Amino acid sequence: MEQILANGIYLGAQYAMIALGLTLIFALMNVLNFAHGQMYVLGGFVTYTFYGQLGWPFVIALLASCITLAVLGALIERFLFAPVIRRSNREESTMLLAAGLAFLFDALILLIFGEKQRGVPKIINGVFNWDFRLIMPYDRILICVLAILSIVTFILFMQYSKTGRALRALAQDRTAAQLMGVNVARYSMIGFALGAMLAGLVGGLLVTITGVNLGMGGPTSIKAFMMVMIGGAGVISGAIAGGIILGFMEAIGLAVLSQYGDITYLLIFVSLMVFLAIRPQGLMGKPWG
Amino acid sequence: MPKLSIIQWASLAVFLLAIFIAVPGFIAASGRSDLYYTLTSVALLSIASAGVWLTFYIGRINIGQGAFALIGAYVSAILVTKAGMSFWLSLPLAGLFAAGVAIVIGVPILRLRGVYFAMISLVLTQVVTLTALALPITNGAKGITSIPLPGGVSILGLTLIPDFATLENPRLAFYYAACVLMVLTFAAMYRLVNSRLGHLCRSMQQNEELASSIGVNISHIRVIVFSISSFLGGIGGAVFGSIAQSVYPSSFQVADSVNFMLNCFLGGLGYVFGPMLGTLVLYFGWDLLFELGRFQLLAYSSLLIILMLFLPNGLLSLRLPGKKGADK
Repeated sequence: MEQILANGIYLGAQYAMIALGLTLIFALMNVLNFAHGQMYVLGGFVTYTFYGQLGWPFVIALLASCITLAVLGALIERFLFAPVIRRSNREESTMLLAAGLAFLFDALILLIFGEKQRGVPKIINGVFNWDFRLIMPYDRILICVLAILSIVTFILFMQYSKTGRALRALAQDRTAAQLMGVNVARYSMIGFALGAMLAGLVGGLLVTITGVNLGMGGPTSIKAFMMVMIGGAGVISGAIAGGIILGFMEAIGLAVLSQYGDITYLLIFVSLMVFLAIRPQGLMGKPWG
Repeated sequence: MPKLSIIQWASLAVFLLAIFIAVPGFIAASGRSDLYYTLTSVALLSIASAGVWLTFYIGRINIGQGAFALIGAYVSAILVTKAGMSFWLSLPLAGLFAAGVAIVIGVPILRLRGVYFAMISLVLTQVVTLTALALPITNGAKGITSIPLPGGVSILGLTLIPDFATLENPRLAFYYAACVLMVLTFAAMYRLVNSRLGHLCRSMQQNEELASSIGVNISHIRVIVFSISSFLGGIGGAVFGSIAQSVYPSSFQVADSVNFMLNCFLGGLGYVFGPMLGTLVLYFGWDLLFELGRFQLLAYSSLLIILMLFLPNGLLSLRLPGKKGADK
């Protein structure tokens, strides 16, 4: 039981971080970022390159992941999403752009890093063992703590910094924010960069445990969509709740249902559809997003 | 019945001549019989994409067509292999089954809008794939293989459709079958869009509350439209399974669902024939870029992004402003 709870917290913390980036981008620009999973994979590969191959300290490699993805996100927003949003008759056109970007990232990752599964040396060795009731490698505990710290930092940043306030204003009402003197174009770019950075950060954190490979992008995006739907699109607390709920469901499902074969995800999907039929806007979302 | 102008009749005739006579003639002359498979795929995918387009028409972003295509493919394959039914009978049944599933699922999920519906429909594809893996009748990951080719149909001794297995060129037969289905689909779509239902759909696309306030039964219409859309998905998937003679849970995946949506976007959401053009361009574009080897995906995605950047409203929006879209 303790083991399941610990696994749930561990999975939930990392899922919440993925969902945070996605929901931030959605809240600010109304863009469903299909390429979020690919951004996460890219972050993993950057950390792999700096930490695994060049042998730099892990923290610097992690920073490199964040910076790369933040710059990439800013460029993408400025030169791709902003013009398309301006020119298109329908908002949904950005979905095609995002899907195109997902393909593009897949292609780039394939060309630069290849299709092999990549792993890096462990950051710390050893396993935490509490009387065989709870077994957890130390590096997982560290990553979990780092993930929770990042989430807390992110929430504090959004609550108390000037940028955070501007971003929240933008998410609430674009026009009103503009009238109050928020530089909408600039903060859209910052918000997108921040969302991409979160994806890169979690990719860099997780590469130390699960490794990274090209095929992880798509399934990660789908999981992130599910978390955002559970919690409510565009709501930060919702994304965290969704991530933790999905993490616990997966941990419990894998432990309890393992003898029935691989039906955990089938059950999660079905219960998600039932849940959304009852509460379409998710746990904390505004009706109709 | 909408009136067609002379120009429209003429272009319809040219189109029919092109796909039924000129294309087979060209392929016979050039000996590129592999093109049959490509063109058949385009025709079938455009049927499924037409369904997606229809859900766009009521203002829903549908990324779940792969689910219904997979359902259609499995229903047809199971009916043909396990029950020994004729393929031509199983085809409408596959479509109807997909439509039935769409009604059951659609009643709750069609209440969702915008990005929520898009995400749940994406999840739906995953659900159907996982269900196909888990159920015994679908044979799990092994899939259903060696499905017999479609048999013949004859009424009163008159052979309407020959037995595909006895033909010397079943590819050509599949090509004709797919084209006939495609023409029927788009004729029906054109009729539907210009019917009363089409007008109601347009009103829903603009504002559901307003439509509902003037007496449009929106929950009724959106379920009907979603089931028609899924019917088309089921038909397309069923014929696909029959051509490949096999169905696997991976036959239609999330990527396929996304592609159906991209076909509609690329062709233009405001035009009935958008999905057909979008499918043709995307599928052929992908095939043509095959020469580039490992840069294929890179070039393909870059082209997609560039197209979106310069033509965000679809290829058909290139028309001259004087000529309105085909749905007007």
